[in-house]
Amino acid sequence: MWMYTLKRLLQGVITVWFIATATFIGMHNVPGDPLSGERAANEAIRANLEARYGLDRPVTEQYFIYMRNMLGGDFGISYTQQNREVNDIIREHFPVSATLGILAVLFAALGGILFGALTALFRNRLPDYIIMFLVILGISVPSFVFAALGQLSLVNLNSGLGFSVLPVAGWGTVSHMLLPALVLGLGTMAYMTRLMRSSMLEVMSSDYIRTAKAKGLSPTRIFSRHQLRNAVLPVITVLGPAIAAITTGGFVVELVFAIPGLGRYFVQAVQQLDYTVIMGTTVFYGAFLVFMVILVDLVYGWIDPRVRLQ
Amino acid sequence: MRQTDPTDFVQAPGDRMTRAAGRQLGLYALMAVSALVAVMFLLNALAGLTSSAAGSSRSAVDISNNTITSYLRDEPPQMNSMLATDAISGMVLDHIMEGLLRYDQYGALVGGVAERWQLDGNTMTFWLRDNARWSNGETVTAHDFEFAWKNLLSPSLGSQYAFILYPILNAEKANNGDVPVDEVGVEAVDERTLVVTLETPIAYFDRMVAFVTYLPANEAFYRQTNGRYGADADEMLYNGPFIMTSWVHGASMQLVKNPYYWDADRIKLDGINFAHMTSDASTLLNLFKDNQIVIADLGAEMLEEAMLQGWTLNQFMEGTVFFTDFNHRPERLTSNLNLRKAMALAHDSGELVNRVIKLPGYLPGKTLFPVWLQGEDGSFRDEYPAPGYQRDITQARVYLQRALDELGLDRLPPLVLLTGDTPVARIQAEYYQEVFKRNLDIDLVIDAQIFRQRLEKMTAGDFDLVAAGWGPDYNDPLTFGDLYASWNLNNRGRYANPALDAQVRIAQNSLDTLERMRAFAEIQRILHDDVVMLPDYERGYVYVTHPQVRGIVRHVVGAETDFTNAWIDAGEQ
Repeated sequence: MWMYTLKRLLQGVITVWFIATATFIGMHNVPGDPLSGERAANEAIRANLEARYGLDRPVTEQYFIYMRNMLGGDFGISYTQQNREVNDIIREHFPVSATLGILAVLFAALGGILFGALTALFRNRLPDYIIMFLVILGISVPSFVFAALGQLSLVNLNSGLGFSVLPVAGWGTVSHMLLPALVLGLGTMAYMTRLMRSSMLEVMSSDYIRTAKAKGLSPTRIFSRHQLRNAVLPVITVLGPAIAAITTGGFVVELVFAIPGLGRYFVQAVQQLDYTVIMGTTVFYGAFLVFMVILVDLVYGWIDPRVRLQ
Repeated sequence: MRQTDPTDFVQAPGDRMTRAAGRQLGLYALMAVSALVAVMFLLNALAGLTSSAAGSSRSAVDISNNTITSYLRDEPPQMNSMLATDAISGMVLDHIMEGLLRYDQYGALVGGVAERWQLDGNTMTFWLRDNARWSNGETVTAHDFEFAWKNLLSPSLGSQYAFILYPILNAEKANNGDVPVDEVGVEAVDERTLVVTLETPIAYFDRMVAFVTYLPANEAFYRQTNGRYGADADEMLYNGPFIMTSWVHGASMQLVKNPYYWDADRIKLDGINFAHMTSDASTLLNLFKDNQIVIADLGAEMLEEAMLQGWTLNQFMEGTVFFTDFNHRPERLTSNLNLRKAMALAHDSGELVNRVIKLPGYLPGKTLFPVWLQGEDGSFRDEYPAPGYQRDITQARVYLQRALDELGLDRLPPLVLLTGDTPVARIQAEYYQEVFKRNLDIDLVIDAQIFRQRLEKMTAGDFDLVAAGWGPDYNDPLTFGDLYASWNLNNRGRYANPALDAQVRIAQNSLDTLERMRAFAEIQRILHDDVVMLPDYERGYVYVTHPQVRGIVRHVVGAETDFTNAWIDAGEQ
């Protein structure tokens, strides 16, 4: 178990190093540079700026300097926000994205498991049809549509009632989070519902359930101990990547609901070619994703004793 | 009579199973919901740490505290006036800082920290008022200006807007590192007198001084911030109408009235709360409808709703002119005048604005000089009307044939139109693609690039046509007029014409307003006759404001949205 964990962590480090290197190479090969502004700068100013950011050195040297600093936990200073460190940006804005992401994943996982089990129990009956229709909607409609629709209905609800049920946008209290988290988790919830439904159906028709029935176990016990517990495994498997995807993929929802998350910096950095912020956020998110996948693999062995980690 | 269902026997226990399982599921659902509620309480405590507007008012106008709530389009990169380049930083800076001169609510130039000023030959003297204070109580002195200007010109700072100080003697040389910054022509003769020596006498220097790059900085405080000046609310000293009390990056900014401001009686509001940072137009409109912000710009699809709501609509020409630049480098086909003439006559900027872009507030482009510019007595455009192009397809085809003959071609190879990745840029590019194909059988290849990559390609000359825009830095036609001077680095199509250069020189150096305006009119004529570029549109906004808030001003140069003259009219509903 410990050997396995160690091995996975080592693989993770190599993966992150690969991500960092690939991003570095890709970024420096994109035409344009972070120092060009709308007003063309003269050569003296450009040279000064290049010297300050170390862009005047050969790219390979820049790479080694960058990697050395990164190992020391220093991602450098942003190009667009000339006196903020990338570390500060991540430290201030990742907790916001993470909070929103955790809530969204909770919505998604709980909703997915409940609705999935429900549709399997009532297969080919009305609840199944209704939920599966909504699921298809949830999977095919992009999140910005839900975000805009949700916000609009909230405005109409607030003005209809004459008082503010939930804030329309912004950040600060849990009331600010509810709608964005729901919108953010909707797609994943739909996906997990489908996953749960098929897995539940498979379990329900398996031999050991028939044996349990024949043994005379109570329906409640069969459902909770044998059906639900076994059926939930595939959902757990996708949980890790889902957490990472939701936490990192909230850009649109963050934009619509004016949430100060890291997603905005992640996307804007690419548009502005802000080298240090691109590197910082990509490496950070990459490491986060890798860590989540490892964590889920470890947890999986604990939930399903049949899986032996080696 | 009861029918016997052969499956009854099988169904019955199954249904019982389902019901029991369903009950169990319901129980789990209940537990899950209560767990969620618990988690939310936990998150609520966590979020308090990164909150944007917690504890502040919940509506756009707070009468009891005499504060209003608004938004910023984006997070300002920093509040260091020496490094600021963007409109959002400029807008906030105009609320929290004050330069020698400023624009009042009618857009007229008035004294800020300077009480009087005078241009005498090459020297401009500013006499500072004795009651201008920093937010720590210290007096704003002439030295604070000398320090800030010399500091931003020092090559090591790498300020991207340093060029706007180049009219000052030796400023450009010092910025290039050719002379020490001490030799720059700005000197604090005493605490209250600032003498600026210019390279040559220029008529519009007072208007440049109102720009944010010319703001002062307190040297002692600046040194003590250790390079973090302007990074956070407590890393700055303020001398404007407001001081910044909090700045949660990416989320919010709070301004309160500055008790040390010399003209504090003029300021009616006790505070401004920028509670949101977003550029999403529908989010902003929703926030406005929910009574969370006092002002919102409207998109085309929102006009109808605004009419239904009975809102008062305001219009504001934001100042930027958008145009399609030709590549004039000799190796490019677009360096052929007849080809450019053909393209100018084949399109119609009125059609582009009214039938394609369809955004409220936009004006069809006619010339490089926008409608709001001041001429000699009134508007420049009234005094020197824009020539514009009348669509004439037959004539356009004649010009095209001449171009083909001159170029020795049967048919024009496809031309590359470099453009941005915004929705407006895309539909504009598609419009040109369609009109040039339909009217002239010219194929346009659209090359849509993100901002930095478009800049790179513009600088390298990697285009035939490029969608460009130009916003003003100061209130004088020269801010547009020198764009096509052969030495201007922003002249990305490398247009070079000695006749135009000569007119730019006159406009730069003459002190006679009439002579200068005639030079601009001549530049306007050359740009038209030589088809240097195709004017597309002038950008404007239609916006709505809260009925209880009066006196919000929007400036073309200076703060885009200016709340310094605003007040709350509680009687209004």
